[in-house]
Amino acid sequence: MTETNPALAIEARGLVKRFGRNLAVDGVDISVPRGAIYGILGPNGAGKTTTLRMLLGIIDPDAGERLVLGESNPRNVSRLIGYLPEERGLYPSMKAIDAIAFMGALRGLPLKEGRLRAREMMENHGLGDAVERQVRHLSKGMAQTVQLLGTLVHRPSLVFLDEPFAGLDALNQGRLEATIRDLAADGTTVIFSTHVIAHAERLCEEVAIIAGGKVPFAGKVETARDRIPPRVQLETRSDDGPWRDALPADARKEGRSWLFSLPEGEVEDLLKALIASDAGIKSLSIERAGLHDAFVDIAGAAAAQAMKDNHPGETA
Amino acid sequence: MTGAAGRLSFWSAAWVIARRDFLAILTSRAFLFFLLGPLFPLIVGVLAGSIGQSIDRGGGATAPIAVAMEQSDADRVIAAREQFASSLNDFAPPLRKVGALPAGMAPSEFMDAHGSEFSGVLYGSLQSPGLAGSPALLENSKGPLTMLCSWAAAASVPKLPELALTPTAAPDTAQRPRDRLVTAQAAQTLLFLLIMLLAGMVLSNLVEEKGNKIIEILAAAIPMDALFLGKLFAMLGISTVGIAIWGSCAALILMLGGSALGAITAPAVGWTAFFALGTIYFAMGYLLLGSIFLAIGSLATTVREVQTLSMPVTMFQVLVFFFASLAIAHQGDILEWIAIAFPLSSPFAMIARAATQPELWPHALALCWQIACVALFIRLGARLFRRKVMQSGTPQGKAGNAGRRRLWTLLRKGSESRG
Repeated sequence: MTETNPALAIEARGLVKRFGRNLAVDGVDISVPRGAIYGILGPNGAGKTTTLRMLLGIIDPDAGERLVLGESNPRNVSRLIGYLPEERGLYPSMKAIDAIAFMGALRGLPLKEGRLRAREMMENHGLGDAVERQVRHLSKGMAQTVQLLGTLVHRPSLVFLDEPFAGLDALNQGRLEATIRDLAADGTTVIFSTHVIAHAERLCEEVAIIAGGKVPFAGKVETARDRIPPRVQLETRSDDGPWRDALPADARKEGRSWLFSLPEGEVEDLLKALIASDAGIKSLSIERAGLHDAFVDIAGAAAAQAMKDNHPGETA
Repeated sequence: MTGAAGRLSFWSAAWVIARRDFLAILTSRAFLFFLLGPLFPLIVGVLAGSIGQSIDRGGGATAPIAVAMEQSDADRVIAAREQFASSLNDFAPPLRKVGALPAGMAPSEFMDAHGSEFSGVLYGSLQSPGLAGSPALLENSKGPLTMLCSWAAAASVPKLPELALTPTAAPDTAQRPRDRLVTAQAAQTLLFLLIMLLAGMVLSNLVEEKGNKIIEILAAAIPMDALFLGKLFAMLGISTVGIAIWGSCAALILMLGGSALGAITAPAVGWTAFFALGTIYFAMGYLLLGSIFLAIGSLATTVREVQTLSMPVTMFQVLVFFFASLAIAHQGDILEWIAIAFPLSSPFAMIARAATQPELWPHALALCWQIACVALFIRLGARLFRRKVMQSGTPQGKAGNAGRRRLWTLLRKGSESRG
């Protein structure tokens, strides 16, 4: 990758990582625009964490190139990066304020300044009473918030969050979503991994879907959703008639309704045909596919392909 | 503080880790136990010593010797003893008059009857005295009692002159290489015990960190080499505090007890240089072993795994210590050079050399070599950590299970083919 695109916070091409005989990541391409909230979606063991670790510089790829904030070695910009790993950890004997300041110090923030910011951030997040409390005496949710604040205390311009919603109750999940939106509003690029699609659908404009170490899809959420045709549910007064010829071949009947998928541009033609053949439309709903459907479709196809690649002699 | 593009420099990163670990350990209860650690063997030693002393005293040192002589002879020999008792400490054991032995009674019979009261019996006359008692008593008291009987028989006890006493420094023991070997061995043993104690603490510290799951945050923010170095130096700082406290206490106890280093043979390089070199070799020995223990700690996930992995290293280090001890007796031979060149035994071999050889330049060379080895060990440990630990999807346990499965499959196939 010889040219740097200043509009991108992360640009990775063909990242490969192998652990012994296990190919954990196989040619991952990702482009994350600056200031975006970017989701990395994938089932467990898909290669999300390994990809994040390569982008962070914790491990080096066996092949491929990465540019993080314009640097090929992410460690050269580590002061500008914040990272919340999947496995949360803090020193139990440390005071909450010191834990946050220490995490800032690891990124070059002077301890004194870190403590000042930590106090302010904790008060803003409703943890004012816990500032001087030892981590071992905090509740799980409070400790997770402390760790998130430690990730952000040095005011990074790029934040990696690995499964940030795991272990949080609904209230704290909502707060975290708000924090992520605030960060993006301030111009911070947020990249997070999750296997809970709803968060990505609410937060992200762009996502990458990782399955079996590959990226079968990377791009806008809308584009992913458009890959799946809308689902149509039709109920008619008469059970049969010439209007049946207008339905797609894979239409199936459930109760009194017909269910089928239809490419977006063909809805109008269907309606015309139903009216012309006097189908007697009782109810008609057209539901656009969600990111979850797109994810299941894309990740499922990728998993099937991976199975085929690994066992070429077997047939389904 | 940071690099040009916004990266914490290597030394700054190591400092951040060292400062946190140092303060965390210093304010922990574990540090108190660490300080008290050497106290337990010391207490046991003192108790054992005092018990031994009291047994020794109760065993007859203070029990008097019976003087079974004619009245006048007994009085004269006791008077002679009293006259010198104040100027000659423990010149002769205390004496007690019991009267001449009855006719026909052998001294051994007297001891059989009065063995609980007396440590021995002086019998006969001043011209022809006899002594009965344990072999140790006979050996120790033969000379003094002969002299007392001689002075008592002559009836002219000599007047002792006042001896002028001028204390001087400990004698130069440059001509006593054997004594210096003892100094070398003592220094080696002290170095070994301290290093093992601290290296174990480093190991448990890293395992605790992995248990706290904070290691990935550290690994993402700073280079692993800096993390390892910071941890090693934090513990070195802790050990410095510990040694300063232990040293001060030991010096105080020695001063109060009236002892001094003069009792030990001076090392060839002199005490000042010896202490300086001892401190440096302690640091190097600790850093060398500590870096290996850190690499082990980074690979292990549980305390049990740590114990399993560190046991061979500990045993190996004990062997290395014995090897370095052996090299003391072969100074100048190939054995000593091997001990100096091998990184783990080098600090032990060199402190022994400081005790026995006055040249300082070999120490400069050895230190350069040891520093290079420390850097290499830390680099390799950090690389191993990044290669083996920071992988998701194939944690150590799974990899180990896969390995065991492969081994089992191979064994099964082997047995099938034989069958």
